[in-house]
Amino acid sequence: MNADAKRIPAPVGLLAELTHRCPLGCPYCSNPPALEPRSDELDTAIWKDVFSQAAALGVLHAHLSGGEPAARRDLVEIVAHCAKVGLYTNLITSGVGLTEALVNALAEAGLDHAQLSIQDSEAGSADRIAGYEGAFARKQSAAAWIARAGLPLTVNAVIHRANVQRAGKMVELAVALGARRVEVAHTQYYGWAMINRAALMPTAAQAETAIAEVEALRKTYAGVIVIDHVIPDYHARYPKACMGGWGKRGLNVTPSGKALPCHAAETIPGLEFWNVRERSLEDIWFNSPAFNAFRGTDWMREPCRSCDRQTIDYGGCRCQALALAGDAREADPVCHLSPHHGKVADVAAEASSEIPEYAYRRMKLFEPAQ
Amino acid sequence: MNEPIREAAPSKPRLPRGVRLKHDETRGEWLLLAPERVVKADAIAVAILQRCDGEATFDAIVDDLAATFSADRARVEADVRALLDDLAAKRMVDL
Ligand code: SF4
Ligand code: SF4
Repeated sequence: MNADAKRIPAPVGLLAELTHRCPLGCPYCSNPPALEPRSDELDTAIWKDVFSQAAALGVLHAHLSGGEPAARRDLVEIVAHCAKVGLYTNLITSGVGLTEALVNALAEAGLDHAQLSIQDSEAGSADRIAGYEGAFARKQSAAAWIARAGLPLTVNAVIHRANVQRAGKMVELAVALGARRVEVAHTQYYGWAMINRAALMPTAAQAETAIAEVEALRKTYAGVIVIDHVIPDYHARYPKACMGGWGKRGLNVTPSGKALPCHAAETIPGLEFWNVRERSLEDIWFNSPAFNAFRGTDWMREPCRSCDRQTIDYGGCRCQALALAGDAREADPVCHLSPHHGKVADVAAEASSEIPEYAYRRMKLFEPAQ
Repeated sequence: MNEPIREAAPSKPRLPRGVRLKHDETRGEWLLLAPERVVKADAIAVAILQRCDGEATFDAIVDDLAATFSADRARVEADVRALLDDLAAKRMVDL
């Protein structure tokens, strides 16, 4: 075992972006603007090896994500492998691309849990947000197949201006779909969501109403559904600990094998990412420059350096510090102690309640046909 | 759908699919795994949860634990109820 292993805790979760291909085009998608093409994707054998290494390293949860993971033809084989090496395996899906046969095969292969995204509680609006006619109806079928296969279901709802009025309705829909858990997450502005920020951000009043509505439902549905609520950064006083602390709890692997401390880490210039094709996951976790860049608190500047919340929120999100304060070493400007906090207020003040056109998440225009 | 968590009398508690009790070799401890959640399980919790197989009734589990650990039955019952009610509220146990 590596000497650093004493200091650095083992990772708890691995988010595997199996592919960036996805039939939907959600404007709030956290994938990077430059999506990785199919020709760069890791093959089945490498993914299996990555999951074996992850289990040996101490990873407990494997999150199979994307894009839409069902776009991979080897999904069942990958799930079976994760189950074999003892990982708790969670499928993060849009539901589009699933069939009843595939859901049953995944359940049989040992899938532990499925997480299904919904875009809205109203079909027309949901399909418009997803940029996909009929997506809402297909998700209803997917939820029914998941329930019939005996798999526990989490429904995930990302909140933004077009659906903020129906945050509570989306919780009710999750209950109706048979979910045991619902994640209501106000949009975090990375990747495509950053591109679409002006079209996505609700007003502070809208966000507050939605938050109160969802919080009130906790009581109504106690013991029926667990509500995990991610409230919006832009109206908060303190930032969230990004990923529970950089290089502390989890890692992402992109379709082409790059290991990232968080899904937006590639936006930070000068970070060196290692690839699972060339390095072991253990080597990456303990030694890669990108993971060590913002580990712990040594890298901090003021106001974080002398702040007693530094091991609570770890200075917040590095990518947001970069985007709003111009340097990833700054405090997350969401923090009211940041000298750049005014920029957050400026962005938040721009928010309106009109719903403009989106830049839908798409692969590059001239990518070769697949 | 919205019934309160029932009194445990006739129930046969079990871990639902999607919740797993696992001994983690890396950290050398027992963990209860659920979607996005990892809960450390101490020796008492492990003894209780290992008996929640969907076949044994609540009362049988309490009897078994009280006998195995030669402990006071009322104490054991209170401990089991507290743990299971807490986990049921998190939807990590079905009562
Ligand atoms: S957020 Fe939408 S577009 Fe992005 S991967 Fe998920 S379903 Fe596809
Ligand atoms: S100053 Fe830094 S560590 Fe303190 S609360 Fe703000 S972001 Fe967190």
